[in-house]
Amino acid sequence: MNVYAIRAIYINELNRTWRTLYQSIASPVISTALYFVVFGSAIGSRMQAIDGVSYGAFIVPGLILLTVLTESVSNASFGIYLPRFLGTIYELLSAPISATEVIIGFVGAAATKSVILGLIIFATARLFVPFEVVHPVLAFLYLVLLSTTFALFGFILGLWADGFEKLNLIPMMVISPLTFLGGTFYSIDMLPGVWRQIALFNPIVYLIEGFRWTFYDIATLAPVISLALTLSLLAVCFAVVVWIFRTGYRLRN
Amino acid sequence: MTNILAIERLTKTYDNGFVALKGVDLTIAQGEIFALLGPNGAGKTTLIGIVCGLVRATSGKVTVDGCDIAADYREARQKIGLVPQELATNQFETVLEAVRFSRGLFGKAPNPAHFERVLRDLSLWDKKDQRIGALSGGMKRRVLIAKALAHEPQILFLDEPTAGVDVELRRDMWEMVRRLREKGVTVILTTHYIEEAEDMADRIGVIAQGELILVEEKHALMRRLGQIRVTIGLTQKLDALPDHLSDLALDLTPDGMTLAFTQKGEDCDDRLGALLKTLVARGIEFRSVNSERSSLEDIFIDLVGRRR
Repeated sequence: MNVYAIRAIYINELNRTWRTLYQSIASPVISTALYFVVFGSAIGSRMQAIDGVSYGAFIVPGLILLTVLTESVSNASFGIYLPRFLGTIYELLSAPISATEVIIGFVGAAATKSVILGLIIFATARLFVPFEVVHPVLAFLYLVLLSTTFALFGFILGLWADGFEKLNLIPMMVISPLTFLGGTFYSIDMLPGVWRQIALFNPIVYLIEGFRWTFYDIATLAPVISLALTLSLLAVCFAVVVWIFRTGYRLRN
Repeated sequence: MTNILAIERLTKTYDNGFVALKGVDLTIAQGEIFALLGPNGAGKTTLIGIVCGLVRATSGKVTVDGCDIAADYREARQKIGLVPQELATNQFETVLEAVRFSRGLFGKAPNPAHFERVLRDLSLWDKKDQRIGALSGGMKRRVLIAKALAHEPQILFLDEPTAGVDVELRRDMWEMVRRLREKGVTVILTTHYIEEAEDMADRIGVIAQGELILVEEKHALMRRLGQIRVTIGLTQKLDALPDHLSDLALDLTPDGMTLAFTQKGEDCDDRLGALLKTLVARGIEFRSVNSERSSLEDIFIDLVGRRR
């Protein structure tokens, strides 16, 4: 295994994050903090508790995922798209490095950034609403797993996209709306019959449910389904990326 | 001398049906400077791209120092450095970050002493902490070379390295190429500046329409396909070529003041010597002798022109 290459890509990607600290860290944290101010502190105090959890605390896992999922996709997709756009991808393609090592470097860096973001948002949330995490280790591990999975998905997006518009399309038009409608601000049990059935087709619902379970030990859907879905998505994304590198799709002429 | 690069029956057909390479065979000896010449679209960049792993070959085999570029890609690629034609750089990185990144990608631990040596050789040391975006085009070209040398490759590919750079930088680059050769690095370059190939290369390859139409040692090529045009300025006008000069295959210009002949190959001393002796012996006085050797460019244009 080319450990030096993995480290080079990983550090290079994180350096890009530090160079754009406001855009990478401060901006998403401020946006999420605003949600806590409005929905947590202001409106939340007038809302009923859900399954014994105050509304402000209830939305914390969903809001963390709202940022973590979109940032994982955006960061990983931009990470691999930028060298394609600049033409510096030649170096990556001519280096003695396998597809797996490239993935570990890029996806690892994107996931690291997302986990850091998630932890910062978690800490920020504590400033606005009181809550305790029932399964902190599982919560952290699930955060890492979700960050990695969506970073891998973003990596595919970055390999597929042939312009910045396409790069922003999926995070803004797909991930973000699905997360909003995936139970970030409500339990799907609160939805009327038909809408509840429709919501079950939204994969993000299962991820938020699973993550919320690690926080408060409450779940409308079995946490094991969330885990199975996440692992399946991870496996599919990994297989797609390996296929892309093996065939050279959008990479090698 | 051992071969560092061996290419056998290499073909490449792109998805749109364009045949870029039609069964290329080529071997490069360790430590030589090889110039690959050819018009635009001839297949130079495709050939380099396949060896470096940027383009997938349709068929054929390439080995680098005995390592197959597909089966032993790690070993093969570690031996190769590539300076691409385009100025592809990350504008936001510093020079040192970029060089460090390149070395890491090729599986080597950071080596600050090597970084300093390479950057000093390329006059980049005092700019090591500057962002690449703030550098001039020539300096960015140097950064690309520094990145290609960061992992100490055995073969350096230079794809049009001096395109669009100033004279001083071009001179510095060729000085660097000479130094690399002294260290045993094999250099394979493509260039549009044929005088550079003439000045630098040990061997010349000419590629046209995907076929390697010629590979030859430079001096042998000049001898075989080059020619020298000699002109002798006379002090007195000749009305016609004298009989005793008629068997020397000379031309007399219409004004009767110049004798000329064309000699194939690089050397015409014997023929010129014999002619001058004859002129002196016959009392034909002359005031000047000029010779003009055909350049590699003339040979190249002739070769490629014949293919069209």
